[in-house]
Amino acid sequence: MANVPVHEWTLLEAARMVREKKISSRELTGAILARIEALDPKVHAYITVLPEIAAAQAAACDEEQAKGTLRGPFHGVPVGLKDIFCTRGVRTTCGSRILHDFIPPYDACVTEKVLAAGAVVPGKHNMDEFAMGSSTETSFFGATRNPWDLSRIPGGSSGGTAAAVAAAMCFAGVGTDTGGSIRQPASLCGVVGVKPTYGRVSRYGMIAFASSLDQGGPIARTVADAAALLGVIAGYDRRDSTCVDIPVPDYLAAAERPVKGLRVGLPKEYYEGEGLSPEVRAAVEKALKALTDQGAVVVEVSLPHTSFALSTYYLIAPAEASSNLARYDGVRYGHRAEGASGLIEMMSRTRAEGFGDEVKRRIMIGTYALSAGYYDAFYGKAQKVRTLIRGDFTKAFEAADVLLTPTAPTPAFRLGEKTGDPLTMYLSDIYTIPCNLAGIPGISVPCGFSSEGLPIGAQLLSKSFREETLFTAAGAIERALPVRRVAPLEG
Amino acid sequence: MAFETVIGLEVHAQLSTRSKIFCACSTAFGAPPNANACPVCTGMPGVLPVLNRKAVECTIRTALATSCTVQRRSVFARKNYFYPDLPKAYQISQYELPVALGGHVDIEVDGGTKRIGITRIHMEEDAGKLVHEGEFAGAQASLADLNRCSVPLMEIVSEPDMRTPEEGGAYLRRLHDILVYLGVCDGNMEEGSFRCDANVSVRPVGQVAFGTKAELKNMNSFRNVEKALEYEIRRQVELIEDGGKVVQETRLWDANAGVTVSMRRKEEAHDYRYFPDPDLLPLIVDESWVEELRGTIPEMPAEKIARLARQYGIPRYDAGILASTRALADFFEASAAIYGGNPKTTANECVHWKDAVLAGTLSPETIAHAVEDRERGTISATASKTLVELVLSTGKPFRTLRDEQGLTQVSDTSSLDILVDKVLAASPKEVEGYRAGKAGLLSFFVGQVMKESRGKANPKMVQEVLKKRLG
Ligand SMILES: [Zn+2]
Repeated sequence: MANVPVHEWTLLEAARMVREKKISSRELTGAILARIEALDPKVHAYITVLPEIAAAQAAACDEEQAKGTLRGPFHGVPVGLKDIFCTRGVRTTCGSRILHDFIPPYDACVTEKVLAAGAVVPGKHNMDEFAMGSSTETSFFGATRNPWDLSRIPGGSSGGTAAAVAAAMCFAGVGTDTGGSIRQPASLCGVVGVKPTYGRVSRYGMIAFASSLDQGGPIARTVADAAALLGVIAGYDRRDSTCVDIPVPDYLAAAERPVKGLRVGLPKEYYEGEGLSPEVRAAVEKALKALTDQGAVVVEVSLPHTSFALSTYYLIAPAEASSNLARYDGVRYGHRAEGASGLIEMMSRTRAEGFGDEVKRRIMIGTYALSAGYYDAFYGKAQKVRTLIRGDFTKAFEAADVLLTPTAPTPAFRLGEKTGDPLTMYLSDIYTIPCNLAGIPGISVPCGFSSEGLPIGAQLLSKSFREETLFTAAGAIERALPVRRVAPLEG
Repeated sequence: MAFETVIGLEVHAQLSTRSKIFCACSTAFGAPPNANACPVCTGMPGVLPVLNRKAVECTIRTALATSCTVQRRSVFARKNYFYPDLPKAYQISQYELPVALGGHVDIEVDGGTKRIGITRIHMEEDAGKLVHEGEFAGAQASLADLNRCSVPLMEIVSEPDMRTPEEGGAYLRRLHDILVYLGVCDGNMEEGSFRCDANVSVRPVGQVAFGTKAELKNMNSFRNVEKALEYEIRRQVELIEDGGKVVQETRLWDANAGVTVSMRRKEEAHDYRYFPDPDLLPLIVDESWVEELRGTIPEMPAEKIARLARQYGIPRYDAGILASTRALADFFEASAAIYGGNPKTTANECVHWKDAVLAGTLSPETIAHAVEDRERGTISATASKTLVELVLSTGKPFRTLRDEQGLTQVSDTSSLDILVDKVLAASPKEVEGYRAGKAGLLSFFVGQVMKESRGKANPKMVQEVLKKRLG
């Protein structure tokens, strides 16, 4: 590995190098912190960088290793967290002014598991405010830039995580996905992103956007890294009643398996829309060819209710969000407006000042959808359509083991290009949203570049709790189409 | 015009669980403000509720004791509104699909029984409370105490089956007894463990449609509920008779002024935007769990009164007093099992020593031995009382104390003769008076002899000896 710079190592390589004492955690962490210091002023992938804490964690890892103890599979390796995961004693903002100074007295389950695996946390990643957005432009702390082209967005809402991973400012990160927030930025930044089955990863301590859709998942530079990281963060947690108690399989082993005989479904509705860029279509076709070349079988499937997914999502997610975000009232923690003369004024002004436009827009949509007299027509109906969409997938998975689709309709767009038109922005998630509504897992794996040198990802979907199948198929694509994973950025 | 009253009651009972309904915090009353609080019950970002199984069991047991049908599937919903004592800005409750439906309790009215329907029972969490610095109006600051947040509550909604304030009071007392009997609620009304809201309307006799109802709140005793209902019925009737119209509203009972006052009109009511809580799975209660809990339902007060009266041949009134507290009735039965004798005497003793019985400082043996020794004439009633008091103060067994203190009743005539001689010698005037015809003085002599004997003499025999000596 002498010819590859330390920061470009994969997560598993870095872990092995520390384990084999070829590098200390201090050196490894120092390299990442130096990289952040050099590049993050341009990319802005981090809301909070933790040089002292990370250095202390690295020193502790080295000390323990010297005594013969390894904390876990990622002993001493820097892994970042989206700033939606609570970190005890470290401010957790969710990209919002309303939580700009919030310091949680507890760790999220994901935080605990990442730390228990021995990882060092170099900082908290930027994100769209409360994970509402597809470009990381709604962050109160300013937009993140795509490391492949700094004039473009990295996708969102986990844009900070995807950009940090692509710019080698951490070896991997954990993001969250409510309607595509892991897969879409992974696609746009040329890295691997996994949205696990709903209930696979505990939501405890992960700040809620839409509770029935939110799921934490890994973003990494290789399929194997993502598989290893999912293996660490998945699993039952009694603090989350929606977390499912079934064993966590060996995802890493699954990434190595052959795809011979695997039935790959192409949902025709995903290829019919006008918004799909020809370059993305061509790249996804290459991914398909990679699979069939290795013995996979193509089947045509139909997901007839796909066209209703976007509007269904934009009722359910805002409805839940309107309730989830009601707690930010300035009473107990977070931002509080100054000088209000009474309770209602204090609460109203706190929320008016604390939330950005996109969050307010969704709170209003959601409040309306749940209101007396509108509930049945909006929220109630959306729940029924959600059941139909789930049924579509159940049926499709009778014929196919995985579905292959584009992750996003286009490569990364320019900063500011869609901020004035929320509806166009919402279309960025058209291929990722149905997966969340159905609760099934999905992965985005790099499959090529546009003529402008922008990464393109392919999405694979499977039955609930069959993440192994996703890793098998994604591994096959990755082996056939080895593309550069670290953006060519110099400090 | 004659009017008929229609009353329906909603009871909020705090469930007797040690921890809160969705987190591990203590439910203990009286802790310093915000001592019983954690990230979950104070609504910190990202935390999640986990349902307390014990709270579900309390609710199912209540449902079974009130003949409700336990629902196989029920759903928690969020009731959304902003208030500083509600940290999440929603209360987790049950709305469309509660845990139990369609039951009843029987109350006693005018010597007969009347069946009051129960519409539903559901679970929910309590809110915190605000403390205002200075007067409410113009207060400089309000302080939030979140100790009560997420304390488990059960709401029991009755059918509008009651027609008088007395029926309302009888229903509440019966329900209160049931909950306390089950051990699912401590029943303390002052601490707010058992709260009641009332829906009340009036309609001309014979009219089928209900009149417009008012919802009454803030009544913290059975008597206050009855008084508030009486006031409100009178107010509504007078309003209608004066040509006015009752408006649908929430009214607060002001116990000091003895009136109800308008709090908010229907038009001002919140839109709570209920929807199923996505953080909690639907509650599935399988049949075997229900059956297991059915086995834990004790005899209910009404059944117990009837059985005690029948089984022990004691008056219904006495049985009622014993059954008013499950522990007292249990104590009575335990005593009667040790010594049968006359259960009426045992019942009287249990009632007499009720405080000690309920405090747990008296054993059923003590009462059984006291009753047995008295009935066998071994000790007097006075000695019995003295001995029980000694049991309480020393903790020694009744019969040990009886023998130590020498309080066995004196029944042999030779020792009585000595006492009688002593008393008669000391009261020559009274002896003269008695012999002159003042027969009433006999009890004076009996009293004196009893005193001399320190309560050990057998009063019947004393009387006989006195009569012989004075006659
Ligand atoms: Zn708590």
